[in-house]
Amino acid sequence: MSDFSIVQFNIQIGDDLTHNVKPLLHEIKHGLDKLVETGQTSIIDLRSIPLAPGEEDKILSMLGQGEVQAQLNALGLSEVTETQYAGVWIVTHYNDENHIISRFIEVTTMPEILCSQTEDIMAAYSRLTVSLEDNV
Amino acid sequence: MTNNSNKEKTLGEVMRSRGVSRRSFLKFCAATASMMAMSPAMIPKIAHALESARRPSVIWLSFQECTGCTESLTRAHTATIESLIFDSISLDYHHTLQAASGHAAEEAREAAMNENWGKYILVVDGSIPTDNPGYSTIAGISNLDMFMQTAAGAAAIISVGTCAAYGGIPHADPNPTGAYSVYDVIKKFSNNQLDGISSATLAKAGEGSVVSKPIISVPGCPPIPVVITGVLTHFLTFGTIPELDHLGRPKAFYGQSIHDRCYRRPFYDKGLFAETFDDEGAKKGWCLYKLGCKGPTTYNACATTKWNDGTSFPIESGHPCLGCSEPDFWDGGGFYKALSMPTENITQTAIYTAAGAAAVGVALGAMNKSKKNNAVAAHNKTTIDDLEK
Repeated sequence: MSDFSIVQFNIQIGDDLTHNVKPLLHEIKHGLDKLVETGQTSIIDLRSIPLAPGEEDKILSMLGQGEVQAQLNALGLSEVTETQYAGVWIVTHYNDENHIISRFIEVTTMPEILCSQTEDIMAAYSRLTVSLEDNV
Repeated sequence: MTNNSNKEKTLGEVMRSRGVSRRSFLKFCAATASMMAMSPAMIPKIAHALESARRPSVIWLSFQECTGCTESLTRAHTATIESLIFDSISLDYHHTLQAASGHAAEEAREAAMNENWGKYILVVDGSIPTDNPGYSTIAGISNLDMFMQTAAGAAAIISVGTCAAYGGIPHADPNPTGAYSVYDVIKKFSNNQLDGISSATLAKAGEGSVVSKPIISVPGCPPIPVVITGVLTHFLTFGTIPELDHLGRPKAFYGQSIHDRCYRRPFYDKGLFAETFDDEGAKKGWCLYKLGCKGPTTYNACATTKWNDGTSFPIESGHPCLGCSEPDFWDGGGFYKALSMPTENITQTAIYTAAGAAAVGVALGAMNKSKKNNAVAAHNKTTIDDLEK
Protein backbone atom coordinates (compact mmCIF):
# COMPACT_ATOMS: atom_id res chain seq x y z
CA MET A 1 0.00 0.00 0.00
CA SER A 2 1.39 3.40 -0.93
CA ASP A 3 1.82 6.06 1.73
CA PHE A 4 -0.61 8.56 0.25
CA SER A 5 -3.51 6.11 0.54
CA ILE A 6 -3.34 6.14 4.34
CA VAL A 7 -5.39 8.85 6.04
CA GLN A 8 -4.45 9.49 9.66
CA PHE A 9 -7.33 10.76 11.74
CA ASN A 10 -6.08 13.19 14.30
CA ILE A 11 -8.51 12.47 17.11
CA GLN A 12 -6.73 12.19 20.43
CA ILE A 13 -7.92 10.52 23.62
CA GLY A 14 -7.72 13.80 25.50
CA ASP A 15 -10.12 15.55 23.13
CA ASP A 16 -13.18 14.44 25.15
CA LEU A 17 -15.39 14.76 22.08
CA THR A 18 -18.76 13.70 23.39
CA HIS A 19 -18.41 15.01 26.95
CA ASN A 20 -19.93 11.74 28.18
CA VAL A 21 -16.90 10.58 30.17
CA LYS A 22 -17.34 12.71 33.28
CA PRO A 23 -21.14 12.22 33.66
CA LEU A 24 -20.61 8.47 33.36
CA LEU A 25 -18.01 8.51 36.14
CA HIS A 26 -20.44 10.49 38.30
CA GLU A 27 -23.12 7.86 37.60
CA ILE A 28 -20.72 5.23 38.90
CA LYS A 29 -20.17 7.31 42.04
CA HIS A 30 -23.94 7.49 42.62
CA GLY A 31 -24.10 3.71 42.01
CA LEU A 32 -21.54 3.13 44.74
CA ASP A 33 -23.51 5.34 47.10
CA LYS A 34 -26.70 3.32 46.43
CA LEU A 35 -24.82 0.05 46.92
CA VAL A 36 -23.56 1.14 50.34
CA GLU A 37 -26.80 2.74 51.50
CA THR A 38 -29.40 0.27 50.23
CA GLY A 39 -27.50 -2.68 48.76
CA GLN A 40 -29.00 -1.88 45.33
CA THR A 41 -26.75 -2.91 42.45
CA SER A 42 -26.53 -1.12 39.11
CA ILE A 43 -25.24 -1.90 35.63
CA ILE A 44 -24.17 0.51 32.91
CA ASP A 45 -24.06 -0.77 29.34
CA LEU A 46 -21.09 0.95 27.71
CA ARG A 47 -22.46 0.13 24.25
CA SER A 48 -25.56 2.24 24.88
CA ILE A 49 -23.62 5.48 25.27
CA PRO A 50 -22.14 7.40 22.34
CA LEU A 51 -18.39 7.50 22.87
CA ALA A 52 -15.75 8.77 20.47
CA PRO A 53 -12.71 6.64 19.65
CA GLY A 54 -10.51 6.63 22.74
CA GLU A 55 -13.18 7.72 25.23
CA GLU A 56 -13.98 4.18 26.40
CA ASP A 57 -10.27 3.60 26.95
CA LYS A 58 -10.17 6.82 28.94
CA ILE A 59 -12.97 5.60 31.23
CA LEU A 60 -11.28 2.22 31.72
CA SER A 61 -7.96 3.88 32.39
CA MET A 62 -9.47 6.22 35.01
CA LEU A 63 -11.17 3.30 36.78
CA GLY A 64 -7.90 1.37 36.77
CA GLN A 65 -7.39 -2.16 38.02
CA GLY A 66 -8.03 -3.55 41.51
CA GLU A 67 -7.40 -6.82 43.31
CA VAL A 68 -9.59 -9.27 41.37
CA GLN A 69 -9.30 -10.44 37.79
CA ALA A 70 -11.26 -13.45 36.52
CA GLN A 71 -11.66 -15.13 33.16
CA LEU A 72 -14.64 -17.22 32.12
CA ASN A 73 -14.79 -19.59 29.22
CA ALA A 74 -18.48 -19.49 28.34
CA LEU A 75 -19.34 -19.21 24.64
CA GLY A 76 -16.04 -17.44 24.15
CA LEU A 77 -13.96 -15.58 26.68
CA SER A 78 -15.34 -13.19 29.30
CA GLU A 79 -13.20 -10.99 31.54
CA VAL A 80 -14.40 -9.79 34.92
CA THR A 81 -12.17 -7.23 36.62
CA GLU A 82 -12.62 -5.29 39.82
CA THR A 83 -11.42 -1.74 39.31
CA GLN A 84 -9.30 0.19 41.78
CA TYR A 85 -12.64 1.33 43.26
CA ALA A 86 -13.94 -1.69 45.20
CA GLY A 87 -17.47 -2.62 44.13
CA VAL A 88 -16.97 -1.28 40.60
CA TRP A 89 -16.43 -4.09 38.10
CA ILE A 90 -15.78 -4.17 34.36
CA VAL A 91 -17.42 -7.16 32.67
CA THR A 92 -16.35 -7.71 29.07
CA HIS A 93 -17.82 -10.47 26.91
CA TYR A 94 -16.01 -11.70 23.79
CA ASN A 95 -17.20 -14.02 21.05
CA ASP A 96 -15.28 -17.03 19.72
CA GLU A 97 -13.23 -14.74 17.48
CA ASN A 98 -12.18 -12.62 20.46
CA HIS A 99 -14.22 -9.60 19.38
CA ILE A 100 -15.97 -7.69 22.13
CA ILE A 101 -19.75 -8.27 21.96
CA SER A 102 -20.72 -6.35 25.07
CA ARG A 103 -19.10 -4.46 27.94
CA PHE A 104 -20.73 -3.45 31.20
CA ILE A 105 -19.72 -1.52 34.27
CA GLU A 106 -21.34 -3.29 37.22
CA VAL A 107 -21.58 -1.71 40.64
CA THR A 108 -22.05 -4.71 42.92
CA THR A 109 -20.27 -6.87 45.47
CA MET A 110 -20.03 -9.74 42.96
CA PRO A 111 -21.12 -9.81 39.28
CA GLU A 112 -23.87 -12.40 38.80
CA ILE A 113 -22.00 -14.12 35.97
CA LEU A 114 -19.23 -15.17 38.39
CA CYS A 115 -21.65 -17.03 40.67
CA SER A 116 -22.34 -20.73 40.07
CA GLN A 117 -25.84 -21.04 38.63
CA THR A 118 -28.49 -23.29 40.21
CA GLU A 119 -29.23 -25.13 36.92
CA ASP A 120 -25.53 -25.85 36.42
CA ILE A 121 -25.21 -27.03 40.04
CA MET A 122 -28.15 -29.41 39.54
CA ALA A 123 -26.61 -30.75 36.32
CA ALA A 124 -23.28 -31.10 38.11
CA TYR A 125 -24.93 -33.11 40.91
CA SER A 126 -26.42 -35.52 38.35
CA ARG A 127 -23.14 -35.89 36.49
CA LEU A 128 -21.18 -36.55 39.67
CA THR A 129 -23.79 -39.08 40.84
CA VAL A 130 -23.57 -40.98 37.53
CA SER A 131 -19.80 -40.82 37.59
CA LEU A 132 -19.64 -42.24 41.14
CA GLU A 133 -22.11 -45.04 40.27
CA ASP A 134 -20.04 -45.98 37.22
CA ASN A 135 -16.60 -45.84 38.77
CA VAL A 136 -16.86 -46.57 42.47
CA MET B 1 -33.30 -27.73 8.89
CA THR B 2 -36.26 -29.05 10.82
CA ASN B 3 -35.88 -31.43 13.70
CA ASN B 4 -39.29 -32.51 14.93
CA SER B 5 -38.09 -33.84 18.29
CA ASN B 6 -36.43 -30.51 19.02
CA LYS B 7 -39.62 -28.61 18.16
CA GLU B 8 -41.31 -29.92 21.28
CA LYS B 9 -38.47 -28.85 23.57
CA THR B 10 -38.09 -25.45 25.14
CA LEU B 11 -35.16 -23.33 24.09
CA GLY B 12 -33.56 -23.89 27.52
CA GLU B 13 -33.82 -27.66 27.08
CA VAL B 14 -32.34 -27.50 23.58
CA MET B 15 -29.41 -25.44 24.86
CA ARG B 16 -28.72 -27.65 27.86
CA SER B 17 -28.85 -30.75 25.63
CA ARG B 18 -26.10 -29.11 23.56
CA GLY B 19 -23.96 -28.50 26.60
CA VAL B 20 -24.61 -24.75 26.87
CA SER B 21 -24.28 -23.82 30.58
CA ARG B 22 -26.61 -21.41 32.36
CA ARG B 23 -23.66 -19.07 32.76
CA SER B 24 -23.12 -19.08 28.97
CA PHE B 25 -26.81 -18.47 28.53
CA LEU B 26 -26.66 -15.47 30.89
CA LYS B 27 -23.79 -14.11 28.84
CA PHE B 28 -25.89 -14.50 25.70
CA CYS B 29 -28.78 -12.68 27.40
CA ALA B 30 -26.48 -9.84 28.48
CA ALA B 31 -25.24 -9.41 24.90
CA THR B 32 -28.83 -9.56 23.63
CA ALA B 33 -30.04 -6.90 26.08
CA SER B 34 -27.12 -4.71 25.04
CA MET B 35 -27.79 -5.04 21.30
CA MET B 36 -31.52 -4.44 21.77
CA ALA B 37 -30.80 -1.28 23.77
CA MET B 38 -32.67 -2.74 26.72
CA SER B 39 -31.89 -1.90 30.29
CA PRO B 40 -29.39 -4.37 31.78
CA ALA B 41 -32.07 -4.92 34.45
CA MET B 42 -33.97 -6.87 31.76
CA ILE B 43 -31.28 -9.56 31.56
CA PRO B 44 -32.92 -11.97 34.09
CA LYS B 45 -36.33 -11.49 32.40
CA ILE B 46 -34.88 -12.29 28.96
CA ALA B 47 -33.16 -15.36 30.40
CA HIS B 48 -36.35 -16.66 32.00
CA ALA B 49 -38.53 -16.05 28.92
CA LEU B 50 -36.08 -17.51 26.41
CA GLU B 51 -35.48 -20.60 28.51
CA SER B 52 -39.14 -21.47 28.52
CA ALA B 53 -39.85 -20.45 24.89
CA ARG B 54 -40.72 -23.10 22.31
CA ARG B 55 -39.00 -23.07 18.93
CA PRO B 56 -41.06 -21.06 16.44
CA SER B 57 -41.34 -22.04 12.80
CA VAL B 58 -39.83 -19.44 10.45
CA ILE B 59 -40.52 -19.26 6.71
CA TRP B 60 -38.14 -16.97 4.81
CA LEU B 61 -39.22 -15.78 1.34
CA SER B 62 -36.76 -14.04 -0.99
CA PHE B 63 -38.27 -12.03 -3.86
CA GLN B 64 -36.70 -9.18 -5.90
CA GLU B 65 -33.46 -8.95 -3.92
CA CYS B 66 -29.70 -9.32 -4.26
CA THR B 67 -29.21 -11.82 -1.36
CA GLY B 68 -27.27 -9.11 0.50
CA CYS B 69 -29.65 -9.37 3.47
CA THR B 70 -29.05 -13.12 3.82
CA GLU B 71 -25.30 -12.52 3.35
CA SER B 72 -25.40 -9.93 6.13
CA LEU B 73 -27.11 -12.33 8.49
CA THR B 74 -25.10 -15.46 7.73
CA ARG B 75 -21.84 -13.54 8.04
CA ALA B 76 -22.83 -12.07 11.39
CA HIS B 77 -19.72 -11.62 13.50
CA THR B 78 -21.11 -12.91 16.77
CA ALA B 79 -21.30 -16.39 15.29
CA THR B 80 -21.73 -18.36 18.49
CA ILE B 81 -24.25 -16.02 20.06
CA GLU B 82 -26.33 -15.67 16.91
CA SER B 83 -26.22 -19.36 16.19
CA LEU B 84 -28.03 -19.77 19.50
CA ILE B 85 -30.91 -17.78 18.11
CA PHE B 86 -30.87 -19.68 14.85
CA ASP B 87 -30.73 -22.93 16.73
CA SER B 88 -33.73 -21.73 18.61
CA ILE B 89 -35.89 -21.27 15.53
CA SER B 90 -37.05 -23.87 13.08
CA LEU B 91 -36.08 -22.37 9.72
CA ASP B 92 -38.47 -24.42 7.60
CA TYR B 93 -38.00 -22.67 4.26
CA HIS B 94 -35.27 -20.42 2.87
CA HIS B 95 -34.70 -21.19 -0.77
CA THR B 96 -31.22 -19.66 -0.88
CA LEU B 97 -29.94 -21.71 2.05
CA GLN B 98 -31.82 -24.98 1.72
CA ALA B 99 -30.67 -27.93 -0.36
CA ALA B 100 -34.10 -28.79 -1.75
CA SER B 101 -35.43 -26.86 -4.74
CA GLY B 102 -38.46 -26.69 -7.01
CA HIS B 103 -41.54 -28.67 -6.06
CA ALA B 104 -39.83 -30.48 -3.15
CA ALA B 105 -38.99 -27.12 -1.53
CA GLU B 106 -42.50 -25.80 -2.06
CA GLU B 107 -43.94 -28.94 -0.47
CA ALA B 108 -41.75 -28.27 2.59
CA ARG B 109 -43.09 -24.72 2.76
CA GLU B 110 -46.69 -25.88 2.51
CA ALA B 111 -46.11 -28.58 5.13
CA ALA B 112 -44.61 -26.02 7.53
CA MET B 113 -47.53 -23.65 6.88
CA ASN B 114 -50.15 -26.33 7.53
CA GLU B 115 -48.41 -27.60 10.68
CA ASN B 116 -48.01 -24.12 12.17
CA TRP B 117 -50.93 -22.19 10.67
CA GLY B 118 -51.36 -18.89 12.52
CA LYS B 119 -48.13 -19.34 14.50
CA TYR B 120 -45.14 -19.14 12.17
CA ILE B 121 -43.03 -16.06 11.54
CA LEU B 122 -42.78 -14.98 7.92
CA VAL B 123 -39.53 -13.22 6.97
CA VAL B 124 -39.51 -11.49 3.59
CA ASP B 125 -36.52 -9.99 1.82
CA GLY B 126 -36.87 -8.30 -1.53
CA SER B 127 -39.70 -6.28 -3.02
CA ILE B 128 -42.75 -7.81 -4.68
CA PRO B 129 -43.37 -7.09 -8.40
CA THR B 130 -47.03 -6.37 -9.14
CA ASP B 131 -47.02 -5.37 -12.84
CA ASN B 132 -46.47 -8.75 -14.45
CA PRO B 133 -46.40 -11.99 -12.43
CA GLY B 134 -43.72 -13.32 -14.78
CA TYR B 135 -41.12 -10.78 -13.64
CA SER B 136 -40.18 -12.95 -10.69
CA THR B 137 -41.39 -16.47 -9.97
CA ILE B 138 -40.29 -19.35 -7.73
CA ALA B 139 -41.19 -22.89 -8.82
CA GLY B 140 -43.65 -21.31 -11.26
CA ILE B 141 -45.44 -19.39 -8.50
CA SER B 142 -45.48 -15.60 -8.80
CA ASN B 143 -43.94 -13.66 -5.91
CA LEU B 144 -47.29 -11.98 -5.28
CA ASP B 145 -49.15 -15.29 -4.99
CA MET B 146 -46.47 -16.88 -2.82
CA PHE B 147 -46.38 -13.89 -0.50
CA MET B 148 -50.15 -13.61 -0.08
CA GLN B 149 -50.55 -17.36 0.49
CA THR B 150 -47.78 -17.51 3.10
CA ALA B 151 -48.70 -14.23 4.81
CA ALA B 152 -52.21 -15.54 5.41
CA GLY B 153 -51.04 -18.06 8.01
CA ALA B 154 -48.29 -16.00 9.65
CA ALA B 155 -48.34 -14.75 13.25
CA ALA B 156 -46.23 -11.78 12.17
CA ILE B 157 -44.30 -10.62 9.11
CA ILE B 158 -40.74 -9.29 9.29
CA SER B 159 -39.71 -7.23 6.25
CA VAL B 160 -35.94 -7.62 6.14
CA GLY B 161 -33.98 -5.06 4.13
CA THR B 162 -34.97 -1.83 2.43
CA CYS B 163 -36.50 -3.65 -0.58
CA ALA B 164 -39.04 -5.54 1.55
CA ALA B 165 -39.57 -2.58 3.88
CA TYR B 166 -40.00 0.20 1.29
CA GLY B 167 -39.51 -1.29 -2.19
CA GLY B 168 -35.80 -0.41 -2.23
CA ILE B 169 -33.80 -0.36 -5.46
CA PRO B 170 -36.39 -2.30 -7.55
CA HIS B 171 -38.93 0.38 -6.56
CA ALA B 172 -36.59 3.23 -7.63
CA ASP B 173 -37.69 5.41 -10.52
CA PRO B 174 -38.95 4.29 -13.05
CA ASN B 175 -39.88 1.12 -11.10
CA PRO B 176 -40.08 -1.11 -14.21
CA THR B 177 -41.58 -4.12 -12.42
CA GLY B 178 -44.18 -2.30 -10.34
CA ALA B 179 -42.24 -3.31 -7.23
CA TYR B 180 -43.76 -2.62 -3.83
CA SER B 181 -42.92 -3.24 -0.22
CA VAL B 182 -44.67 -5.83 1.94
CA TYR B 183 -46.64 -3.08 3.66
CA ASP B 184 -47.73 -1.46 0.39
CA VAL B 185 -48.76 -4.78 -1.18
CA ILE B 186 -51.01 -5.55 1.78
CA LYS B 187 -52.37 -2.01 1.72
CA LYS B 188 -53.12 -2.29 -2.00
CA PHE B 189 -54.73 -5.67 -1.42
CA SER B 190 -56.99 -4.28 1.27
CA ASN B 191 -57.99 -1.45 -1.12
CA ASN B 192 -58.68 -3.91 -3.98
CA GLN B 193 -55.90 -2.33 -6.05
CA LEU B 194 -54.04 -5.55 -6.91
CA ASP B 195 -54.54 -7.63 -10.05
CA GLY B 196 -53.00 -10.96 -10.97
CA ILE B 197 -53.69 -12.86 -7.75
CA SER B 198 -55.02 -16.37 -8.31
CA SER B 199 -58.45 -17.25 -6.95
CA ALA B 200 -56.92 -19.92 -4.66
CA THR B 201 -54.61 -17.30 -3.14
CA LEU B 202 -57.47 -14.86 -2.71
CA ALA B 203 -59.44 -17.46 -0.78
CA LYS B 204 -56.46 -18.24 1.44
CA ALA B 205 -55.68 -14.57 2.04
CA GLY B 206 -59.26 -13.97 3.14
CA GLU B 207 -59.21 -17.03 5.39
CA GLY B 208 -56.07 -15.82 7.14
CA SER B 209 -57.14 -12.14 7.46
CA VAL B 210 -53.91 -11.12 5.76
CA VAL B 211 -54.67 -7.40 6.10
CA SER B 212 -54.47 -7.53 9.89
CA LYS B 213 -51.02 -9.15 10.20
CA PRO B 214 -48.45 -7.22 12.25
CA ILE B 215 -45.54 -6.10 10.06
CA ILE B 216 -42.10 -5.28 11.46
CA SER B 217 -39.76 -3.45 9.09
CA VAL B 218 -36.02 -4.00 9.44
CA PRO B 219 -34.67 -1.73 6.68
CA GLY B 220 -31.06 -1.25 5.62
CA CYS B 221 -29.12 -2.13 2.53
CA PRO B 222 -28.32 -4.56 4.04
CA PRO B 223 -29.75 -4.37 7.56
CA ILE B 224 -27.44 -4.85 10.53
CA PRO B 225 -27.49 -8.59 11.30
CA VAL B 226 -28.00 -8.22 15.03
CA VAL B 227 -31.10 -6.15 14.33
CA ILE B 228 -32.65 -9.13 12.52
CA THR B 229 -31.80 -11.52 15.35
CA GLY B 230 -32.79 -8.88 17.90
CA VAL B 231 -36.32 -8.75 16.48
CA LEU B 232 -36.56 -12.54 16.54
CA THR B 233 -35.27 -12.58 20.11
CA HIS B 234 -37.83 -10.00 21.17
CA PHE B 235 -40.60 -12.10 19.67
CA LEU B 236 -39.30 -15.21 21.45
CA THR B 237 -38.81 -13.36 24.74
CA PHE B 238 -42.05 -11.45 25.01
CA GLY B 239 -44.29 -13.18 22.45
CA THR B 240 -45.10 -9.78 20.99
CA ILE B 241 -43.60 -7.50 18.39
CA PRO B 242 -41.27 -4.76 19.63
CA GLU B 243 -42.36 -1.14 19.88
CA LEU B 244 -42.33 0.34 16.37
CA ASP B 245 -41.90 3.85 14.96
CA HIS B 246 -44.15 5.50 12.36
CA LEU B 247 -42.43 3.52 9.57
CA GLY B 248 -42.90 0.19 11.33
CA ARG B 249 -39.26 -0.06 12.53
CA PRO B 250 -38.29 -1.29 16.02
CA LYS B 251 -37.57 1.80 18.09
CA ALA B 252 -34.78 0.00 19.96
CA PHE B 253 -32.66 0.10 16.81
CA TYR B 254 -34.20 2.91 14.74
CA GLY B 255 -35.18 5.29 17.53
CA GLN B 256 -32.35 7.74 17.00
CA SER B 257 -30.75 9.23 13.93
CA ILE B 258 -27.23 8.39 12.83
CA HIS B 259 -26.49 12.08 13.36
CA ASP B 260 -27.61 12.01 17.00
CA ARG B 261 -25.42 8.99 17.80
CA CYS B 262 -22.46 10.03 15.64
CA TYR B 263 -19.17 10.61 17.42
CA ARG B 264 -18.47 13.39 14.84
CA ARG B 265 -21.56 15.30 15.97
CA PRO B 266 -19.53 17.70 18.15
CA PHE B 267 -17.75 18.88 14.98
CA TYR B 268 -21.12 19.58 13.37
CA ASP B 269 -22.16 21.58 16.44
CA LYS B 270 -18.94 23.58 16.20
CA GLY B 271 -19.40 24.17 12.46
CA LEU B 272 -16.30 22.15 11.51
CA PHE B 273 -16.86 20.33 8.21
CA ALA B 274 -14.76 18.37 5.72
CA GLU B 275 -15.19 20.12 2.37
CA THR B 276 -13.55 17.42 0.23
CA PHE B 277 -12.47 13.85 0.88
CA ASP B 278 -8.81 14.77 1.14
CA ASP B 279 -8.71 18.18 2.82
CA GLU B 280 -7.46 18.96 6.33
CA GLY B 281 -10.99 18.66 7.74
CA ALA B 282 -11.34 15.13 6.37
CA LYS B 283 -7.99 14.16 7.85
CA LYS B 284 -8.97 15.61 11.22
CA GLY B 285 -12.19 13.58 11.23
CA TRP B 286 -14.56 16.56 10.99
CA CYS B 287 -18.25 16.28 10.15
CA LEU B 288 -19.11 14.91 6.67
CA TYR B 289 -22.37 16.82 6.36
CA LYS B 290 -21.18 18.96 3.45
CA LEU B 291 -20.01 15.84 1.61
CA GLY B 292 -23.58 14.61 1.48
CA CYS B 293 -23.95 12.76 4.77
CA LYS B 294 -27.60 11.70 5.23
CA GLY B 295 -27.07 11.01 8.94
CA PRO B 296 -29.46 13.80 10.05
CA THR B 297 -32.42 12.20 8.22
CA THR B 298 -31.45 8.55 8.68
CA TYR B 299 -32.57 6.39 11.58
CA ASN B 300 -30.50 3.27 12.19
CA ALA B 301 -28.16 1.69 14.76
CA CYS B 302 -24.91 1.77 12.68
CA ALA B 303 -23.22 4.37 14.90
CA THR B 304 -23.44 2.20 18.01
CA THR B 305 -23.77 -1.38 16.70
CA LYS B 306 -21.24 -0.87 13.89
CA TRP B 307 -20.19 -3.23 11.10
CA ASN B 308 -17.48 -5.76 10.24
CA ASP B 309 -16.88 -7.39 13.59
CA GLY B 310 -17.85 -4.14 15.33
CA THR B 311 -14.89 -2.39 13.66
CA SER B 312 -16.55 0.80 12.46
CA PHE B 313 -19.39 2.27 10.44
CA PRO B 314 -19.22 4.25 7.18
CA ILE B 315 -18.73 7.66 8.82
CA GLU B 316 -15.93 6.29 11.00
CA SER B 317 -14.28 5.11 7.77
CA GLY B 318 -14.52 8.64 6.35
CA HIS B 319 -17.58 8.21 4.11
CA PRO B 320 -20.94 9.97 4.46
CA CYS B 321 -24.02 7.96 5.42
CA LEU B 322 -26.10 7.11 2.30
CA GLY B 323 -29.34 6.86 4.27
CA CYS B 324 -29.99 3.28 3.14
CA SER B 325 -32.52 2.54 5.87
CA GLU B 326 -34.87 5.32 4.75
CA PRO B 327 -37.66 5.10 2.16
CA ASP B 328 -36.64 6.02 -1.42
CA PHE B 329 -32.99 6.54 -0.48
CA TRP B 330 -32.01 5.64 -4.04
CA ASP B 331 -34.07 8.53 -5.44
CA GLY B 332 -33.16 10.94 -2.64
CA GLY B 333 -30.73 13.08 -4.66
CA GLY B 334 -27.01 12.54 -5.16
CA PHE B 335 -25.20 10.63 -2.46
CA TYR B 336 -22.59 13.41 -2.33
CA LYS B 337 -24.97 16.38 -2.30
CA ALA B 338 -25.40 17.98 1.09
CA LEU B 339 -28.95 17.94 2.44
CA SER B 340 -28.70 21.68 3.12
CA MET B 341 -25.82 24.03 3.65
CA PRO B 342 -25.58 25.84 6.96
CA THR B 343 -24.86 29.54 6.40
CA GLU B 344 -22.05 31.39 8.12
CA ASN B 345 -24.53 33.02 10.50
CA ILE B 346 -26.11 29.72 11.46
CA THR B 347 -22.70 28.24 12.21
CA GLN B 348 -21.75 31.20 14.40
CA THR B 349 -25.01 30.96 16.28
CA ALA B 350 -24.37 27.29 16.87
CA ILE B 351 -20.98 28.02 18.31
CA TYR B 352 -21.97 30.77 20.69
CA THR B 353 -25.31 29.80 22.16
CA ALA B 354 -26.80 26.49 23.18
CA ALA B 355 -30.29 27.84 22.59
CA GLY B 356 -29.18 28.98 19.17
CA ALA B 357 -27.82 25.52 18.45
CA ALA B 358 -31.16 23.94 19.31
CA ALA B 359 -32.98 26.40 17.04
CA VAL B 360 -30.51 25.72 14.26
CA GLY B 361 -31.13 22.02 14.64
CA VAL B 362 -34.85 22.51 14.13
CA ALA B 363 -34.32 24.85 11.20
CA LEU B 364 -31.81 22.59 9.49
CA GLY B 365 -34.02 19.57 10.12
CA ALA B 366 -36.88 21.28 8.28
CA MET B 367 -34.53 22.32 5.45
CA ASN B 368 -33.14 18.79 5.23
CA LYS B 369 -36.55 17.20 4.97
CA SER B 370 -37.68 19.72 2.39
CA LYS B 371 -34.55 19.25 0.30
CA LYS B 372 -34.85 15.47 0.49
CA ASN B 373 -38.50 15.60 -0.60
CA ASN B 374 -37.66 17.91 -3.50
CA ALA B 375 -34.88 15.59 -4.61
CA VAL B 376 -37.18 12.59 -4.52
CA ALA B 377 -39.73 14.49 -6.60
CA ALA B 378 -37.10 15.50 -9.17
CA HIS B 379 -35.34 12.09 -9.11
CA ASN B 380 -31.91 13.68 -8.97
CA LYS B 381 -29.13 11.38 -10.09
CA THR B 382 -25.61 11.16 -8.77
CA THR B 383 -23.29 12.44 -11.47
CA ILE B 384 -19.58 12.13 -12.08
CA ASP B 385 -19.31 15.79 -11.02
CA ASP B 386 -20.63 14.85 -7.57
CA LEU B 387 -17.99 12.17 -7.24
CA GLU B 388 -15.23 14.57 -8.26
CA LYS B 389 -16.42 17.35 -5.97
